[in-house]
Amino acid sequence: MPGKLKVKIVAGRHLPVMDRASDLTDAFVEVKFGNTTFKTDVFPKSLNPQWNSEWFKFEVDDEDLQDEPLQVTVLDHDTYSANDAIGKVYIDIDPLLCSEAASVISGWFPIYDTIHGIRGEINVLVKVELFNDLNRFRQSSCGVKFFCTTSIPRCYRAAMVHGFVEELVVNEDPEYQWIDRIRSPRASNEARQRLISLMSGELQRKIGLKVLEMGGNAVVGYLQCFDLEGESGLVVRAIGTACTLDKLSSGSAPNTNTHMHPNTAPASNACNSPSKDGKEPVFGEDLTSSSGPPTPFRALPTTSSSPPPFSPSKPCSRQSSSSDTDLSLTPKTGMGSGGSVGKEAGPLKTLLRQQTQTALEQREFPFFTLTSFPPGFLLHVGGVVSARSVKLLDRIHNPDEPETRDAWWEEIRQEIKSHAKALGCHGVVGYSESTSICEEVCILSASGTAAILNPRYMREGCLDIGITDHRFEEPSPPSCGFCHIPYDELNMPFPAQLTYCYHCRRQKVPDVLFTTINLPQEAAVTGKGCLIQARLCRLKKKAQGEVNATAISNLLPFMEYELHTQLMNKLKLRSMNALFGLHIQISVGENMLLGLASATGVYLTALPAPGGIQIAGKTPGDLSNEHHILTIQKRINDTIAKNKELYQINPPELTEEVVGSPIPEPRQRSRLFRSHSESSDELSELDLSHGKKDAFVLEIDDTDAVEDIHSLLTDAPTPTGFYSCNTEIMPGIYSWTSGVQMFTSVRVFRLSNANLTNQGLNKIFTDLCENLLKSFYFKLRSMIPCCLCQLNFAVAVPEEELIQVAVTAVAMTFDKDQAQEKPADKSTTKGGSETEEQLQFPMELCADASSANTQPSSKISAASVDYGSFADRCSTWLELLRLKAHTIRRGSVKTISSLEHCSPLPEGRSRSLRSNRSFRGSPVTVVKMTPLSFLPGTRIIKYLGIINMFFIRETTSLREEGGVSGFLHTFIAEVFAMVRAHVAALGGNAVVSYSMKECMLMENPNKNQAQCLINVSGDAVICVRETDQEPNPSMANIGQTCASGTDGAT
Amino acid sequence: MAVELDVFVGNTTIMDEEVYQLWLDGYTVNDAVKVRMEGGVMEECEASADVLLSDTMDQYRTFQMCERLLHSPSKLANQLLFQIPPNRQAMLIERYYAFDDAFVREVLGKKLSKGTKKDLDDIGAKTGVTLKSCRRQFDNFKRVFKVVEELKGPLVENIPPIMRLLLISGIMLPLFFFANHRFETGKRKLQYLTFQDFAFCAGQLISNWTVGAVDNMVEDMDVDLDKEFLQELKELKVLITDKDLLDQHKSLVCTALRGKTKAFNEMEANFKNLSRGLVNIAAKLTNTKDVRDFFIDLVEKFIEPCRSDRWTAADMRLYLTHYNNSAHILDTFKHQAVWDRYMVVIKSCIFKMYHD
Repeated sequence: MPGKLKVKIVAGRHLPVMDRASDLTDAFVEVKFGNTTFKTDVFPKSLNPQWNSEWFKFEVDDEDLQDEPLQVTVLDHDTYSANDAIGKVYIDIDPLLCSEAASVISGWFPIYDTIHGIRGEINVLVKVELFNDLNRFRQSSCGVKFFCTTSIPRCYRAAMVHGFVEELVVNEDPEYQWIDRIRSPRASNEARQRLISLMSGELQRKIGLKVLEMGGNAVVGYLQCFDLEGESGLVVRAIGTACTLDKLSSGSAPNTNTHMHPNTAPASNACNSPSKDGKEPVFGEDLTSSSGPPTPFRALPTTSSSPPPFSPSKPCSRQSSSSDTDLSLTPKTGMGSGGSVGKEAGPLKTLLRQQTQTALEQREFPFFTLTSFPPGFLLHVGGVVSARSVKLLDRIHNPDEPETRDAWWEEIRQEIKSHAKALGCHGVVGYSESTSICEEVCILSASGTAAILNPRYMREGCLDIGITDHRFEEPSPPSCGFCHIPYDELNMPFPAQLTYCYHCRRQKVPDVLFTTINLPQEAAVTGKGCLIQARLCRLKKKAQGEVNATAISNLLPFMEYELHTQLMNKLKLRSMNALFGLHIQISVGENMLLGLASATGVYLTALPAPGGIQIAGKTPGDLSNEHHILTIQKRINDTIAKNKELYQINPPELTEEVVGSPIPEPRQRSRLFRSHSESSDELSELDLSHGKKDAFVLEIDDTDAVEDIHSLLTDAPTPTGFYSCNTEIMPGIYSWTSGVQMFTSVRVFRLSNANLTNQGLNKIFTDLCENLLKSFYFKLRSMIPCCLCQLNFAVAVPEEELIQVAVTAVAMTFDKDQAQEKPADKSTTKGGSETEEQLQFPMELCADASSANTQPSSKISAASVDYGSFADRCSTWLELLRLKAHTIRRGSVKTISSLEHCSPLPEGRSRSLRSNRSFRGSPVTVVKMTPLSFLPGTRIIKYLGIINMFFIRETTSLREEGGVSGFLHTFIAEVFAMVRAHVAALGGNAVVSYSMKECMLMENPNKNQAQCLINVSGDAVICVRETDQEPNPSMANIGQTCASGTDGAT
Repeated sequence: MAVELDVFVGNTTIMDEEVYQLWLDGYTVNDAVKVRMEGGVMEECEASADVLLSDTMDQYRTFQMCERLLHSPSKLANQLLFQIPPNRQAMLIERYYAFDDAFVREVLGKKLSKGTKKDLDDIGAKTGVTLKSCRRQFDNFKRVFKVVEELKGPLVENIPPIMRLLLISGIMLPLFFFANHRFETGKRKLQYLTFQDFAFCAGQLISNWTVGAVDNMVEDMDVDLDKEFLQELKELKVLITDKDLLDQHKSLVCTALRGKTKAFNEMEANFKNLSRGLVNIAAKLTNTKDVRDFFIDLVEKFIEPCRSDRWTAADMRLYLTHYNNSAHILDTFKHQAVWDRYMVVIKSCIFKMYHD
């Protein structure tokens, strides 16, 4: 009995009217944990009950403490019939189990009902007393800290990074149990919410156990996802990076002394899924070429480390001709995926041998879910590695043995690992996994960035490894080192055009670099970055079962290929040479596949300037055609020139051509490089180079190509004053001010029944995304100059003719004048008193204020003036009232004030505003939210725990709630409100690394019904305004300058 | 092919003041989009009509969701659903409870229990205010009246902050006052007066003729007129009933005015009439019914005759100043204090009500 949970129900407010007769409510509360339930007294006839209950005490296992949520149900007492439920609050008490996180949960929580939404609020107080438990075989993992943040949390130092942890749990989905036919929608929704809450608790506990086993004390980059597999069950899975974190004493700079110690012994046990090396069929040879592997449920490995090919037609036809299908394999047998498994084979062995066993290689999966690293941690980056696999879902028979799903992921991870090896890398960073489910077909995807991590970090703490490898130890300048190729230039995994690094001139660099990580802080960048998206729709025939799965897996390579072509073209069009934060999402629907690749393009100074794009006609001699081509060519050239100006890309002109390059054939790399695990011999055959050095040639031979080029040119430029990116921070902008606006936007587009072509669909999809962006720019125009960061697009095909795009991002203001240069050091002479003020005063709200500061727009300043006079008037009134303390009679008002106020709008009163403070302080704590790991202008002083919430909302009166838009609008606002309330109750004032993992909307307008599921997560933190803190190196470029942000509002 | 769903939700609720005003004014989404397009917001931000429509819809939805909270403004401050900065909350409330002068002018002095759709339709047709906006303003009236009427105990503790705001915004007070005394404001002859005119006059009456106006220490103040004072006003009758006094008063005024205005002849000719008019109004104020007719009397007995003689506003000022001051020189006139208390209000009301 190692824990005592204590709960006190204080009061309620704004309760709904439950008794029509009296217009009041007789409310009481049930508090449930595990199987124990307590009740408060009924507080009769009030919408604002004051229960002030005793302390309800639950004596429970810490295992339960981790798994179970505290369930608070508010009910309306009814003497004659059953009590009506008003709503519920689920409180995750995990943050209380960690000594460094929150110590008490106390605050107003929205009372949530899955049918009616938020119905009033309840004030709850929760405490936990933990007893020391020395049992070595315990099942709980209390005390392990979890972070969604994909970098070392700001107020910690990583003493050790142990590596990859993963776990998944499965269960039956209550929605599909037989009992669902007889219970109410509310009961069903609640059962689902509760189950998922339980499962994620269990999952966290299990991951925590693994971390403890590895000797760590925290999980960073914790990514938890739900797969609602429908009939076949419900999977909750999570991955993360186990670390040992030391809390930094305030004042010392974070992130500077991070070391990474491999911990080999426990690492080998890290993943309990059995390794199946050798037992599985090895399809290595088949997978290497661009021809399809002979299995229907094959993995579709794709490595985008090399630029994609440019002439689409040839490789495509080749692929399709060879994608034979063999239906003998089913996923149930556990051999459904042909991941390339032969890890140690192949021509890269020589390379691998050179790097004798480093610690990372001894691990099963040398993966890191982190996307930002301490300086010097990343040595070299190879490129993006990704793998996809199409699976047929089958009912999970035994929830306690989720082996099938485990095996699926295992295969994918093995494949990723082998890809990384092929790129000469021993680790994968920026690793993430995702799924897309439609009926019984499921696409599993994983991607990351192959990288070599600093061997010096490896050596420390682990003496027996990593000493022999000196190949990469030559010191390279931090600003370009990570660009240098990790693979052997004589034995390249793919043909790349290498040059000497334009920065240090010593090492080779590729001409283009794709990664899934954030831009390293120390990287040298020319100009600014921008969001680059490739969008693609592919129709497919409706089919069932294996036929369907086969059709999908046949389509996937073409989609990947085209997405990469698009990305490459758009990158060239913007005159950039690297992509960061690359995220490729492929969603499956009944009759189509959607592909969306988002990334942030930048011009890395170390990489060569990209060549232009040249248009070539297939049929020379046709005059009109030639003229057409010329026009297009001109437009493209103009666009490139315009973009160069827009993004301020003026690379220092290199006078001398890089001569003496040892690269034998300076050829254009132009092939789809899908799986290259063991296939270097085959590479040359696939080379489709045009033999021309730096022109990137687009051939117009049919209407498709024309369409492609058109779509290339139709991307509207961002309006003046706006920038956008999908990484944490915008390359080239360093002077953030404190204006922050996080938002979620969802659009659903209904396609007409008309026979749509792929082209037509592409256009619709592209327009949908572009229009969304335009909408954002318009809505956020008051924040200019501002940048949309961490633009995260999630696409889905919820129904046959629907395309859904959900975006979560944050808009942040910056100081235009200082945008150009990195601030060396900023005077931060803000007094401590202001810090407190900052905490009380809404931080997020200063968006207006700060923009008013930087560019006084009449509208905004007018608003604040209004407010001033309002407060002024209030205070005047109040002073008068205080003086006299009069009462007011029916139908009469005080007259004394009328002397001053009889004129309709008293103006020009200049009273002291001192007394206004009391009016200002809103009783509701302002909670900022951001998908980034930091808030500009503030310093995080404490992490309070992870927020991981799952909500279901259902309605049977869709029209009355304003249609499906009204319904979702309310729901998203409610989700935000509940997140904020939980954070505030933990004592926090911000959520960082916020993300919306899931937003599943099902509607049936004919029945006037809709249902929506939302899963959100993030880290609750306390942050204070950055004050006299030494500007630390890692933060130097993100904060510091925003001190004056809120001044306009105060 | 259509956008089936389109929402944008910010952690800090985004509200555009311009759109809010359009919403309050009862514009439909499409009309609001038109107005915004004409306003040039599109050129400013390179937006298209679609973008504008989507933004307007979002905002309208937000406002609709907020409306419930605005009905009990104290909730707005501690609700959790929307994160709205305090200054924005104040803006929302202030604007929501703002009244169109044209609308208030129509409602002034009417019984508030009414408010049928037909009434509001009429008002809307007359003032050009949309029915939706009329409904909102009317409901606001009732809401505020209800709150104030139900208040018990010390005002400081009980009056919700928003009511404070409304009471002092200069709208509610005249409204209370007018509703309380049921002043006649709807007659055709009074139509030319705006709400601002009435509000000003109400202020004058409240600050000079009520109980609290003289004695600040009175515990229980209200907007009832000072009964004692009204009684004393009867004494002023001497100014017109005593023939000598009347003549004397006239000659004093005429002496002072001679040569200073073009309308001198008309003033001299009309003096007795006008004086009778003003003094009679004073003498009758003990009657509740005559209090109701205060404004119509002022117009009929004084303003209209002067206007027909084409007095300028300056003439009016000059005349009333001397009319007031000359009474002090009258030896036999003993009611100087009452006279001043009466005339200060009459003067300023007439100044305000006399439109050139």
